[in-house]
Amino acid sequence: MSNAAPMAETVQPILSINNIEVIYDHVILVLKGVSLTVPQGGITALLGANGAGKTTTLKAISNLLQAERGAVTKGNILFEGNEIQSLSPNELVRRGCIQVMEGRHCFGHLSVEDNLMTGAFTRRDGASAIRQDLDMVYEYFPRLKVRRTSQAGYTSGGEQQMTAIGRALMSRPKMILLDEPSMGLAPQLVEEIFEIVRKLNEEQGVSFLLAEQNTNVALRYAKYGYILESGRIVLDGEAHALRENEDVKEFYLGIGGEGRRSFKDVKHYKRRKRWLA
Amino acid sequence: MDFLNSILIKPFADMFGAPDFLMQVLWEGLVSGVLYALIALGFVLIYKSSRIFNFAQGIMVVFAALTLVGLHEKGVPAWLALPLTLGVMYLLAMSIERVVLRPLVNQPDIILFMATIGITLFLIGFGEIIFGGENKVMITEQLGIPTGSWEFEPFGGFLSIEQRDVTAVVGAVLLVAALLLFLNKSKMGRAIRALGDDHQAALSVGISLSTIWVVVWFIAGVIALATGIVWGSRAGVSFALEVIAYKALPVLMLGGLESVLGAIVGGLAIGILEKLFEIYWGQPILGGNTETWFAFVLALIVLLFRPQGLFGERIIERV
Repeated sequence: MSNAAPMAETVQPILSINNIEVIYDHVILVLKGVSLTVPQGGITALLGANGAGKTTTLKAISNLLQAERGAVTKGNILFEGNEIQSLSPNELVRRGCIQVMEGRHCFGHLSVEDNLMTGAFTRRDGASAIRQDLDMVYEYFPRLKVRRTSQAGYTSGGEQQMTAIGRALMSRPKMILLDEPSMGLAPQLVEEIFEIVRKLNEEQGVSFLLAEQNTNVALRYAKYGYILESGRIVLDGEAHALRENEDVKEFYLGIGGEGRRSFKDVKHYKRRKRWLA
Repeated sequence: MDFLNSILIKPFADMFGAPDFLMQVLWEGLVSGVLYALIALGFVLIYKSSRIFNFAQGIMVVFAALTLVGLHEKGVPAWLALPLTLGVMYLLAMSIERVVLRPLVNQPDIILFMATIGITLFLIGFGEIIFGGENKVMITEQLGIPTGSWEFEPFGGFLSIEQRDVTAVVGAVLLVAALLLFLNKSKMGRAIRALGDDHQAALSVGISLSTIWVVVWFIAGVIALATGIVWGSRAGVSFALEVIAYKALPVLMLGGLESVLGAIVGGLAIGILEKLFEIYWGQPILGGNTETWFAFVLALIVLLFRPQGLFGERIIERV
């Protein structure tokens, strides 16, 4: 199989979300009809400001919502063509879809290596295969190999992010839901992490759905992007097209546009009402 | 002056004056310390993996011991009753997970704590219905535990060590060693520790809560059985046995709720210190019976200076 071949239209996307609505605590409506797809082997970015619903979208997919008393009340989510809303996170990881949570969430008192090994919890293919993957993770993140015996809680933010991604890799995922990998990291480290994401995508064939506030970096590495605003997708397109889009430039990339000073002037996005389609 | 003398000098003079008796006291302390440590370990494991303070640990000790003795009374041979009791403890762990923990997942800690009180009450009633409420005798000999005692004459004195206690100590050490090995080297143990660190992250990497809970509650059940056998063989099997679980509370305060090492060291320390205090300070000065409160006072003093307990996991904070 060649990676270079352009993705045919008929190929089933690895993930497709159709018009989901998410409600927390039975009253707080957070996602108001979000639809998006991630193609096989794609890197798709989910962009938006604080509170737009990026994390909620990812958690709706990985089914970690339940732990926060949220629920998908409408729409459906397909992973490789199968509905997954009723699956436990554990079953989902087994099927190859794993989330790397915002803020790393390493196991602070476990060593870096133990952290990585917890990622293999769902695997049944034997110690030597797991060992092999551990070596692979160390190849991608040489720094983790150096720090393998340190308690994860005492490692740097960048190392923790690497640990979190490495830990997810240990589950042999087909798809990683990556939430704010750039959070709190120096620009150079952000670049390093995204480079690794790209390598994993190209060499291991892992698909990514990236939730990011750092629109600039995310759109350079992603192939496709969706922009989320107050629980709705307001704009989507090829990453390079989004980068050129005047509104995106102005509101997310901070490159000054002429004449428009208020969100009122871009209301026309909302009229597209993709969520009714 | 006399008073100071009786606190600061006389006890030590007594200790060194009769080293054989001191050794006897230390040994007795060690044996109860080992038991405290075991019970505390049951608490720590459950707390670490589910943030539940398991009020039912004490009644599990009684329930396990009752099941063992009850099965034997019904004519099951001891060698078969033991694995059968283990099976019952496994079933208990599974039912608790299914009926109590799973429906209450993500509820505030206090609700789960209340639920364990519910489990306690249920087990008291259930145990009485099945096995009756009267005291029973632990089937010590039938289990092959020696009941004689060894006598030594160190320093020209006299020291008597019950073989039963030696078995208890050796058994407990083996159990703890196996547990530590399990926690540190096995995949399941790693997952238990991970769950203790970050619940959400554990979920996100696919660690299955229900599996872990069953495992952890089963281990607590095994520990309860071991404690029940040892304590039951000294004091008989009755519902009053439940109170020894409360002896684990000061151990937990001293050792920290999350620390396996703390439970072990705390248990041993309290067992030995309370015996020493009782014999050398309590009886001569306070008229005895200090063992009931000494541990709590000690724990209180420790808490004043170290709120997380002596061995509580250091809260890792990075800025």
